[in-house]
Amino acid sequence: MSSRGAKVSSRTGVAFMTPAALLIGLFVVFPFFWIIAVSFSNRSLLGANALHPQFVGLKNYLDLFDPATFWGQGGFGPSLWLTIQFVVFSALCGQVLLGLVLAWISRELSPRAKSLLHGIVMLAWILPDVVVGFAWFAYLDRDAGTLNQLLRGLNFPAADFLIEHPFLTICMFNAWRGAAFSMMLFDAALQSIPPSYLETADVVGASSWQKLRDIVLPLIRGHIVTDLILITMWTFNVFTPFLLTAGGPSFESDILPIYTYRIAFKSFEFGKGAAIGVIVMLINLAFSLAYLRLAQRGLRKKGKAA
Amino acid sequence: MLKLDVPEFCLAQEYRIAMPAMLHIRLTRRASFVRGCARAMALLFGVAAWAMVRAAPTEVSIACRCVEGGVNGSEARWLKQVVIPGYVAVAKAQGRDVAVKLREFAGSAEQMSQQLALDFATGQGADLAEFDGFQIPGFVDAGLLKPLDEVAGPEADAWDGWTHIPDSAQALVRFRDKRYGVPEQTDVRMIFYRRDLFRAAGLDADQWRPRSWNDILEAARKLKQKEPASFPLQINAGVAMGEATTMQGWLMLLAGTGEELRDAQGRWIVQSPGMLAALDFYKVVYIGEKLGEARTQRLVSGRNRSFTDFQHGKSAILVESNWFYYAAIDPQGDFPIADRDALVGWTKMPARTPGSAVRGQDFVSVSGGNSFVLNPHSRQPREAWSLLAFMNSAPTLRRYQEFNEHLCVRDDVLPPHSQFLRESGRELLPLTTIRPIDADYEKVSAEIQRMTESVIAGKLSPRAAMAEYAAAMKQIVGADRVVALDLPQGSGS
Repeated sequence: MSSRGAKVSSRTGVAFMTPAALLIGLFVVFPFFWIIAVSFSNRSLLGANALHPQFVGLKNYLDLFDPATFWGQGGFGPSLWLTIQFVVFSALCGQVLLGLVLAWISRELSPRAKSLLHGIVMLAWILPDVVVGFAWFAYLDRDAGTLNQLLRGLNFPAADFLIEHPFLTICMFNAWRGAAFSMMLFDAALQSIPPSYLETADVVGASSWQKLRDIVLPLIRGHIVTDLILITMWTFNVFTPFLLTAGGPSFESDILPIYTYRIAFKSFEFGKGAAIGVIVMLINLAFSLAYLRLAQRGLRKKGKAA
Repeated sequence: MLKLDVPEFCLAQEYRIAMPAMLHIRLTRRASFVRGCARAMALLFGVAAWAMVRAAPTEVSIACRCVEGGVNGSEARWLKQVVIPGYVAVAKAQGRDVAVKLREFAGSAEQMSQQLALDFATGQGADLAEFDGFQIPGFVDAGLLKPLDEVAGPEADAWDGWTHIPDSAQALVRFRDKRYGVPEQTDVRMIFYRRDLFRAAGLDADQWRPRSWNDILEAARKLKQKEPASFPLQINAGVAMGEATTMQGWLMLLAGTGEELRDAQGRWIVQSPGMLAALDFYKVVYIGEKLGEARTQRLVSGRNRSFTDFQHGKSAILVESNWFYYAAIDPQGDFPIADRDALVGWTKMPARTPGSAVRGQDFVSVSGGNSFVLNPHSRQPREAWSLLAFMNSAPTLRRYQEFNEHLCVRDDVLPPHSQFLRESGRELLPLTTIRPIDADYEKVSAEIQRMTESVIAGKLSPRAAMAEYAAAMKQIVGADRVVALDLPQGSGS
């Protein structure tokens, strides 16, 4: 390509990118830095701070970690701890593991059974949040819920899932809701493995577990890391459980997105709400770095072994 | 040019067939066609805009938490059938063409105030908005509300209606000596009880008059004895109930101990014998003897559940606002009880022990009130004020009583028929207390809900819940604006 041609095309390229860059700058980059700036102020919607927000330094952060209120009912500590458990159980053990198992099982199914399985799992993923929230609420309600009517029909005692086991309920819900993404991703990853590897393993009599551990997992390591990063971030930010329990009862399902909503949009304390947003972002960053480091270490080990 | 080009282009089917030869002509014609169109459009828009400015009536809008056939349905019907046509006719007679639009809001009171805060902050929203007075300080400090006379001019202060609204009711919309809205109705809180269940349990079904908290517990125990699986008593607590916890529950109990939320110097009380007594009462009701069902209090839709439980005779004693009687369980209400007047009795909420309440009273009540405020961003503030004044004139409000009898704050608009409203208003208005008019109140109220939730969920002892409240309050209002009173030794749990 001539240098003149390259120049024109790069200028055209810039021209084409400008509108998108402006939009991204306005709606992604600016709000990102704005949130960080707001987190150091006492900006709010109601009260005197709304008219004259002041720079308060680290006060919002110190208030969140104030030992006198940190572990209180409905405080930041319980919510943070609950969210970490929520991520571990519903995202890592739930979505990722379930997705992998589903993808692994469906490999050995007939094409028709496989597309049926995928269809059902995908359905849980593509339905709108409000529809799903309402369906689960109607399914689990103590007095008129479908599940409890089935249980009573079979002479089992009815259970009050949303009030007595709110955390378990939202964990199950989130695992069910998001397993499809991991399944699709792992399904694509499995198809990228040359069949001859597995056939060779079959010849030497390897079990399904041995094949998964020694052939499949090392080969799809990159996919697993991508999946872990995405699922962890999504679960840290998911708000749909609010439709089931509204964070209650007594803050037993008060995960960070719901906690943030309470602070930022019910009390309208934008400064404190922004501070929580920044903390969640840092936690997500830490998780992502940990996953990437883990993957790299794995690769190095494999390099040494070979 | 306009006259020539447009029809030619539109009709000339044949010239599309002669394409190659006509290409050049077609292009120039297209250009002139575009120009022609642009001019025609400009002319059209100009004419339309001019016509709209000339013909369009001045539009004024009202936002209410009311929906025809839904929540506060009678208010919606009154606004649509009386206020709007009435005002349009009055304005017409004065030579003004006015159109009034009603924006019905179906959500909860909390959601309505969220909506209004966002509306007013962004210069949007209706010209008149229904408003719960306790939020005025927070909105005013944030610059979201302006005094009536600043928005509408001096006629707002000169309005003759003010002489008919007692000072106690004007206090609901007054902050730092300025009026921010016009109060319409007030309410009182009391105990409702079901006569059929009282009779079945061998209690005084006609004239039940508890004189202390203990009398309430005694009645509930007898009801529970008769029906061991039932939960006869509901007094609101917890976060799911929202402001209903603070008003119908906490403040009713606290006033009965002779205490208020703030001391005489305006400091918030974060630890006191009265608070401990109130929390202990909750603990007895919901945990100790299970006289009330904690689950109802903790449900997302708990308040409606507490209404249906009472409606269907699953609970027998409910502490609620008079609104519950005249709107919720009205035979035409959302939770109708057909023979309400015979079946449901009411009685005053007693002090903890006779004479122990605020001002040495034997009984207590708590009042709030609904008012309408002017949007500070209203584009026709004078028209909006004139509508607000018409809405709150005695003749218009008397028509409201025909749709739904209520406690109107105007001294010349009495409930025309309802024995219940007249009696309860006469008995309770002299005893009643209102919430602090303070910009921090809303956050304090949320902390009260959190404190009571911890107790009725069995998560914390009353003392521990109170300690958490104290820690949170220090963060909210500052350590120098709270005060802790000495607790009695060894009492409570």
